[in-house]
Formats: sequence, C-alpha cells, structure tokens
Amino acid sequence: MSANAIPSGNTLVVARRRKRSLANSKWPVLILFLPPALLLFTVLVILPMGEAAWYSFYNWNGYGSPTQWVGWRNYQLIFRNSAFTQALINNGLIVLASLCVQVPLALWLATMISSRIRGALFFRLIFFLPYVLADVAAGMIWRFVYDGDFGLVAGISHFIGVEPPFWLADRDLAMYAILGVIVWKYFGFHMMLFIAGLQAIDKSVLEAADIDGATGFQKFRLVTLPLLGSTVRLSVFFAVVGSLQLFDMIMPLTGGGPSNSTQTMVTFLYNFGVTRMQVGFGSAVGVVLFVICVTLAFSYKRVFMRND
Amino acid sequence: MTDISTAQPIDAASAPTSGQRIRAGTQVYMYISLIIVAAIVVVPLISTALGGFKTLGELRGNPFGLPTEWQWSNYTDIIISKRYWLQMSNSLIIALLTVFLTLTFGAMAAFCFAHIRFFGTDYLVNYFLIGLMFPAATAILPLYIRIRDLGLIDTYWGVVLPQVAFGMGMSIMLFRNYFRNLPSELFDAAFVDGCGYMRFFWHITLPLSRPIIATVGIISFVSSWNSYIVPLIMLNSESRYPWPLGIMIYRGEFSTEWQLVLAFITLTILPTIIAFFLAQKHIIAGLTAGAVKS
Repeated sequence: MSANAIPSGNTLVVARRRKRSLANSKWPVLILFLPPALLLFTVLVILPMGEAAWYSFYNWNGYGSPTQWVGWRNYQLIFRNSAFTQALINNGLIVLASLCVQVPLALWLATMISSRIRGALFFRLIFFLPYVLADVAAGMIWRFVYDGDFGLVAGISHFIGVEPPFWLADRDLAMYAILGVIVWKYFGFHMMLFIAGLQAIDKSVLEAADIDGATGFQKFRLVTLPLLGSTVRLSVFFAVVGSLQLFDMIMPLTGGGPSNSTQTMVTFLYNFGVTRMQVGFGSAVGVVLFVICVTLAFSYKRVFMRND
Repeated sequence: MTDISTAQPIDAASAPTSGQRIRAGTQVYMYISLIIVAAIVVVPLISTALGGFKTLGELRGNPFGLPTEWQWSNYTDIIISKRYWLQMSNSLIIALLTVFLTLTFGAMAAFCFAHIRFFGTDYLVNYFLIGLMFPAATAILPLYIRIRDLGLIDTYWGVVLPQVAFGMGMSIMLFRNYFRNLPSELFDAAFVDGCGYMRFFWHITLPLSRPIIATVGIISFVSSWNSYIVPLIMLNSESRYPWPLGIMIYRGEFSTEWQLVLAFITLTILPTIIAFFLAQKHIIAGLTAGAVKS
C-alpha cells in the first residue's frame, strides 16, 4: 500500500535532489566559463578607459609613471585647438551627409531592389561589395581615383578638356571628396538595412492602399516611409557611430590634412596624441570621445529609438 | 456594393494597360539608375585592377581603358615576393586567433548569462554592453601602455587580445540572445536526465548554434582582417604587419609608381573579393543581421 504511494514521493525527492545538484553544479561552470571573458574585457577595455581618465590630468610621455599633474589643462588645450574644432565639424558633416545623401540613396535603391526586378540579387551583391573591403584599401583606391596626375579624375578632366583638380590637396574640397568615399563605401550596408525594413512591412497594408487607389508615390510617401521610421533611425544611428570611429579610411586619403581640414575625432587623437606620444593629451581626447559616444548612444536610444 | 462591383470591371480593364505601360517605363528607368550606381561602385575597382597592368606613362594618359601592353610583371613581381605572402599570413594568423577566442570566450560567458541565474547577472551583462558603446580608439594610449607592460608589443597577441576584448560585447550579446531562444524543453529534458551544465553546453547548445557561430565568426573575422588602428599601434616590425599596414608601407616606398601600388592593392583585396563572391549570402546576412542585433 505504502509502496504505491512512495514512487510519486520518490520522484519528487529525486527531482528536488536533481534541482539541488543542478544549483550546486552551476558554480563550476561559472568559475570556468566567466573569467576568460571577464578578465580580458576588464583588463583591456574597462581599465584602459579608466586609466585614460586618470592620465588625462597629467603631462606624460608614457615612460616611467605619470608625475606632472596639470589639472584640466589638457582639456583646455583640446577645446582651444582649431584642429579639434575642425574634427568636430567634420564629424558633424559626415552625419549630415548620411542624413541627406546616404539614407535617401539607400532607401531609393532598396525600394528598387525589393520590387523584384530581374538581376536584383546581382545589384545587391555589387552594392554591398565596398562594405566588405577594408577601409584602408578603399581609401587607397580613392586616392588613386582623385589623383590629378594619374587618377580617374585626371582622365575625366582631360576628356572634357579642363585642368584636373587636386581634390585631396585642396583644403576646401578635401573633406567633400572624403564624404564621397564614405557614401561609396557604406551605402550598401544601409541599403541592406532598408531592404530588411521593407521586407518587414505587412503586404496587406500596401494592398489596402492599392484598393483605395493610391499611386505608387503616394503609397511610398504615406504608407512605406512612415513604417520605415525605425529603420531610418537605425541607419542614422550607425552613421553617427561610424563617423565617431572614422580613422582607417582617412589615413591613406589625406591623413587629416591638408592643414587639418580633414581631421576626425580619431585622426586628431592619433596625430596629436599617439604620434607625438603625448599620453596625457591623447587620453584627454579619448575621454572626450568616450563621453560623446556614450552620451549619444544613450540619448539617441532614449529619444529616437524609444519605441523600436 | 453594386457601385463597387460595377466600378471594378472598369478598373480591371484600365489597370493592366496603364499599369503595364508604367511598369515598362519604370523598369527602364530603374535599370538605368541601378546600372549607373553599379558603375560608380565598380569602375574604381576595375580601374585599380587594370591600372596594375599598365606602365606609369600609360596610367597618366589612359587611366580608364584597357592597357595597350599588359605589364604582367607588375603583378608577378609582387606574387613571388616574400612580403606579400608574409603580410597575408600575418593577417590570417591574427584573424584566426581573434575569431577563435572571440567565439570561445563569448559563447562560454553568454551561456552563463543565458541559463544560470546568479547574483548580479544583469549588472554583469550590462557591464559587457558598455564595450559596444565606444571604439577601441578612445582608450588606445592606455591600451598601448598596458600591452607594453605585459610585454606583448610587436607580437600577434598584442593585436589579438585587444581585438578579442573589444569584440566581447558583440559576441556575448549575439550568443546570449540566441541561446535564450533555444527551446527551453531541451533544457528541462536534459536536466531531468541528469545532464549537467557542461555536458549540456557541449552536446546540446553548441551543435544547435551553428548559425550564430557563423555570424559571430564572420563579423570578427572581417573586422580583424580589415583592422588597421590596433596593429598600427601595437606592431613595430614590418615582418609582423598585416596587409592593411602593408599597403600603407608599400605606398610609402613606391609613392612615385602608382601602377605598382595599384597592383599591390588589387592583390591584397583579392582574397576578400573571392571570399565575398563565394559566401556572399552568409557574409551579407552575418554582417547586417549582426550589426542590427547588437
């Protein structure tokens, strides 16, 4: 009699014991699985960032230990430096170019490619190709393109019979030339975002618009575009983040010149902090960049991407 | 009702003709636009490759067209040179080590975050997510000093470890989301059968995670293969330079001979282009989906 009742009790006990043994067995896993990532991340990401904040108050060449405390002087020097102001403006220009050129272009191409015309896959492949190339290689290729002696620009100029311009050597034009390379390199990525966004739109909404007699453009403006809001915000977010990191592409094109007209935040950090081994000053630039990145990431997510 | 039913035939009758006409018209316009954009993308690449076959003199007069006499030696000299293969293998070694560690460490940590509740889980996850918010460049000077103090300057590890560390946020984020969405019945069944966490990780989680392993692997491989700033700071010897640094050095050495620089660029981006065309579906999906999710 009691033997009949035991099994259920037994399984309960067994289950409970297993649960307890599971709870106990979690520690070996945690001790084995977490430390590699945690240690590496702490030592090479978080600590250096904290150290940057510390070093930024010193005048230090990186050897020995920092002793020459200078207070906020490095930060004052940054904001008084005209090259830094130019870098800020250029980073803003990159975001502006993304908003005014890259997003419309990517959206326009995405709508064409999504309309299932023949060869859509081929075009998608070609447009995405620059994105997988290294920034350094893209920069070098475009340095050749813009070259006024041997490049494609020279070829075109001779063809139409004008004196070839040296875009990358002209401080008023160089940044616009670089904006062109940025759009060339990244529009394919943004186009893929929009293609994914378009696929997520419920087809029945568009059919409903069809039945109501909407024209193609009306459908696009009144149905598709509002529904793509989150993709537009995501696309701009990537452009903002990308602009704050831009370095690899600038180096082969201009290195930040001529006369600092094409500096970005990171090339400024490199040219004024790293190459001169001004650890204090460079760290202060890093801290400013960090504050900008984190503030933008948080505020952008909170303000624009709240509902996404 | 009757209004609609009488209206419909008229629509149906007029729609196809006008619709077709517009569609044919827009199609032509679409193709022209797409071809123009494709040309803007491809012409610089093709001119670069063709430019490598020209002489400097011909490049000056004819940067677009086919070379009149193909200068194969521009390419063959590079292909038989030691530096080209050295740079390619440096890049490959650094990228493979980076991918391996990013996958292993990321998957292991993400497994803990996905399945085990312990004190401070959420804080720890957010801690790793800080890494997604700023680029390695922000802390590059203290990072350089740390790597120098560890004695890793001018070694592969001095490049690999920072790359892995800065990839941890992305890796953990993607793995964790994926692990959490695996059916929880699997987990319950395995534990009733007395399977521990370790065996569950090896025998159930990992075999089911091929897609996400591919995604994380592709992202970290591409970013390591193309990376420039970390190796630039951490490496001194040209014999350890990966190819993006190699391009810059080569250009510095042969700055008066664009045709050689073009041949060198072409050969260095060739592996990327071949890999892209072979595995385009995975690469496009990996790079876009990965970016969006993290």
